[in-house]
Amino acid sequence: MKKNISIAIIILGASLLYACGGSTSTTPATTSTSSYDPNRGEGKFNQENVTVAATLDATMATTGEAIAGTKCTSCHKLTGEKLVGPGWKAVTERRRPEWIMNFITNPDPMIDKDPAVQASLELCLVRMPNQSLSDVDARNVLEFMRKNDGIK
Amino acid sequence: MNKSIGLISLSALALVVMLGSCRPKNTANAVSGDAASKVYVAPGKFDELYNFVSGGFSGQMSVYGLPSGRLLRVIPIFSVDPEKGWGYSEETKPMLNTSHGFVPWDDLHHVQLSKTNGEQDGRWVFGNANNTPRVARIDLKTFRTAEIIELPNSAGNHSSPFITENTEYVVAGTRFSVPPDDVNGDVAISSYKKNFKGTLSFISVGKEDGKMDIAFQIQCPGVNFDLSRAGKGKSHGWFFFSCYNTEQANTLLEVNASQKDKDFVMAVNWKKAEEYIKAGKGKKQAVRYAHNTYSDITHSATSEIKTEVTVLDSKEFADICYFIPCPKSPHGCDVDPTGEYIVGSGKLAALIPVFSFDKIQKAIADKAYDGDYEGIPVIKYEAALYGEVKKPGLGPLHTEFDAKGNAYTSMFVSSEIVKWNIKDLKVLDRAPTYYSVGHLCVPGGDAKTPYGKYLIAYNKITKDRYLPTGPELAQSAQLYDISGDKMQMILDFPTIGEPHYAQAAPADLIRNNGQVKIFKIEDNKHPYVTKGESDSKVVREGNKVHVYMTAIRSHFSPDNIEGVKMGDEVYFHITNLEQDWDVPHGFAVKGASNAELLIMPGETSTLKWTPDKVGMFPIYCTDFCSALHQEMQGYVRVSPAGSNVPLTFSLNKPE
Repeated sequence: MKKNISIAIIILGASLLYACGGSTSTTPATTSTSSYDPNRGEGKFNQENVTVAATLDATMATTGEAIAGTKCTSCHKLTGEKLVGPGWKAVTERRRPEWIMNFITNPDPMIDKDPAVQASLELCLVRMPNQSLSDVDARNVLEFMRKNDGIK
Repeated sequence: MNKSIGLISLSALALVVMLGSCRPKNTANAVSGDAASKVYVAPGKFDELYNFVSGGFSGQMSVYGLPSGRLLRVIPIFSVDPEKGWGYSEETKPMLNTSHGFVPWDDLHHVQLSKTNGEQDGRWVFGNANNTPRVARIDLKTFRTAEIIELPNSAGNHSSPFITENTEYVVAGTRFSVPPDDVNGDVAISSYKKNFKGTLSFISVGKEDGKMDIAFQIQCPGVNFDLSRAGKGKSHGWFFFSCYNTEQANTLLEVNASQKDKDFVMAVNWKKAEEYIKAGKGKKQAVRYAHNTYSDITHSATSEIKTEVTVLDSKEFADICYFIPCPKSPHGCDVDPTGEYIVGSGKLAALIPVFSFDKIQKAIADKAYDGDYEGIPVIKYEAALYGEVKKPGLGPLHTEFDAKGNAYTSMFVSSEIVKWNIKDLKVLDRAPTYYSVGHLCVPGGDAKTPYGKYLIAYNKITKDRYLPTGPELAQSAQLYDISGDKMQMILDFPTIGEPHYAQAAPADLIRNNGQVKIFKIEDNKHPYVTKGESDSKVVREGNKVHVYMTAIRSHFSPDNIEGVKMGDEVYFHITNLEQDWDVPHGFAVKGASNAELLIMPGETSTLKWTPDKVGMFPIYCTDFCSALHQEMQGYVRVSPAGSNVPLTFSLNKPE
């Protein structure tokens, strides 16, 4: 009896598959983590399109400070101390500019892939939100981070 | 053994049915065969259509996915909704203001999706308030109520909010005739015939911004205006209203308004009325009505009381309004996709009359009248009639249309849907409903080009369709596949409130309309916005305490407040600093006599709280936002009046 039921189920299953022509899944294959560059991160920024000068652009840094005040400093202190997320002190020394730009504009995929971010998540337990920074916003925030790290 | 053979044959049968399902030819037996596959939307997949369903006495509008029947959202409109803070936050309270003051409830019967050139355009959906007459416009980029306008000279705003083919006007006809607002309404009810008037409101809709304004009203004889539809195509420029109680009874209408064999469909030449208004022929009338608008920039509503409308008296203009006799106590009054045929559904009639727009025009030109009714010409029935659908069923109510020249009429008394051909008026099919069907919806069923494919019946009686839940049962909708010759029931799904009319539109039309995912914090112009924690503060102004608070995963700033005293009014102005889709924060304070706030990313909302006793009052985030959501909390210390506890606030950040 049991066997018969199984046969029936197999036939039913086959008929379902056949009738609807099988799956036409469009889910994109996830990028394998082996292709992930932990120095660059993931996003639209790279060494070519993010350049920083030896000296500070004070105007950009001031704009960046205002943006950070609205969107970032609820969770990040300017010292090295952790609040919700890690403190910002020396972040521009720990991370490449393009990594920072990618992370603050495209956090979700990097939280899933970047080994350092994953380690940080285990401590902070709050995924950094995507704060919808434009490319220009992000560059200005980076300049403010540089100012915070003593670039003059 | 018999059983196993049975199973195998069942499977073989399934194989045959399934094979057929990819090449639909005859869907006659779908209920037994492939109904499940027709309505199954796999996890992670989207529905094919949005279905906007009136919430009836809930006062709200619900949004379902079709064909799955999954509830996607309940949009608060005319009734308060503590879940969303609607009518409880300081910003949304003005949306429910009326000439009677704050009204926390209403009864929403009909919905209309905005149209351009007679086709759905996916911009707005309108809803009517039946009890305290109002019309609302919902913005389909935010799925929120953007505007509510009250209607003077009206009661029982039932034939509403039907729209013209380019959304030039939303129309609202009054079901309960009443004495006009500018005369003394303190009269004997038995003076109905003398003192009571029916009013039709034409609300203009801004082409770009959708802003509503009462362009003019037409004062009509005191009958009950029930439902209406705009003409389209050749009949664009006309509106058609069903009228019952042409007996002008004022008591026991069930009997006394059912005396005549025919009541009326009223044809209104609104283009002509528009001309008279432009020529300055309307009379200004002193009235009071509220006009409420919500801004996504200030995140606040404003309510304005307006004091004048322009009215045309139907008796004084020979070429605006015409009555057409319609058997008997007509309810639905529906116009087919071509604009040529107007279907009247007499609740007590044993047939369905179909009127011809061309014949109506000819009858008017020939003055083929049977006298007049209170000064309005009555067109001869035969002069306007295209034909009658004979013996359609019992209790016809509403008619929708497909793109193949077919009409579908709901039959309340005989609990069925009847499909008939518009040209030859022959009944083609019948399908039972469970039970007592009211409105019908075919996606795009009132557009020039109906989408068709499905039909949804919104039933009045649910009885045994679902697991019992005590005396009150879920309201029931039923989905039919109408792609074949025969209608096939493929799904039951329960709805909120009582569903009356509903409309449906292809999902892509709405989801690709520029859906708002977040409100940009940079654009937030709320007077009490806090754009960053460093600006968060608590300010005392006399006995008013304004808290400028921010919320972000997962803390408030400030979170601890001391120095609030008995007699104070505390206003928590909370700005959600998140800029990520689907991350609202909630806010609640112990003992508050209103509701929570639910604050969208980039938005500012205000909860007013009057402490009722001395002590400690926790605040917390009500919408699970992160792993540390449970930590998103704070305290407000309330001291006696006259206490010298200073006003302080903090985040208690580690130094």
